[in-house]
Amino acid sequence: MSAARLVVQPIDVSALTSEVAGDDRGAISIFLGTVRNSNEGRAVDGIDYSAYEAMAVAEMNRIVAEAVDRFPGVEVALEHRTGTLKVGDVSVAIACAHAHRSPALDANRYVIEELKRRVPIWKREHYLDGTSEWVDPSGRPAEVSS
Amino acid sequence: MTVRVLLFASYADAVGRSELTLDLAEGSVIGDVVARVRELAGGHALPPAPLLALNAAYAKPSTVVRRGDEVAIIPPVAGG
Repeated sequence: MSAARLVVQPIDVSALTSEVAGDDRGAISIFLGTVRNSNEGRAVDGIDYSAYEAMAVAEMNRIVAEAVDRFPGVEVALEHRTGTLKVGDVSVAIACAHAHRSPALDANRYVIEELKRRVPIWKREHYLDGTSEWVDPSGRPAEVSS
Repeated sequence: MTVRVLLFASYADAVGRSELTLDLAEGSVIGDVVARVRELAGGHALPPAPLLALNAAYAKPSTVVRRGDEVAIIPPVAGG
């Protein structure tokens, strides 16, 4: 059964994959988003992820339902992590299974793009120089004092 | 009537709180909530037309609010 969750603990990609696997599914696509060590030329030490939890889970489930509508037969499992993550940590994992590879890959792309566009999750980047900023993907990092 | 207002991330930092209760006239819309929050100390940092949610789903500024509703003012999202 397709499902989306917010989690605090490290994401278990193997368990997520098992959720969507099945004898009638010949393709499973996995997408992992990880914390990168730089952004806009600045060295990143880690990221604090926060969310409007009730809405984030609702919106992620809406996106999963849309993916199932667009790619009939696909099974989707989606987890996004919140809290403090270090460089290399997995922040989001998406597993999509289908009888065939095209819908499995296309559904995965749909889920990550929609997630980035509309799920209410925010990240505050911490830089190696000791500063931190909220990230605004629509432009520059949001200007916030302190 | 009162509504609960949630602020997040840079908006919560700007206003110095993540949650408040506003007393509004019957028939008020979500856009009125934004105008009130922008009058608070630090509220000028919020854009005049931010993303908005009513009871955990995106909503337009013209949406009418009712007693007990939860209005969220949503900064640019950055998941993934």
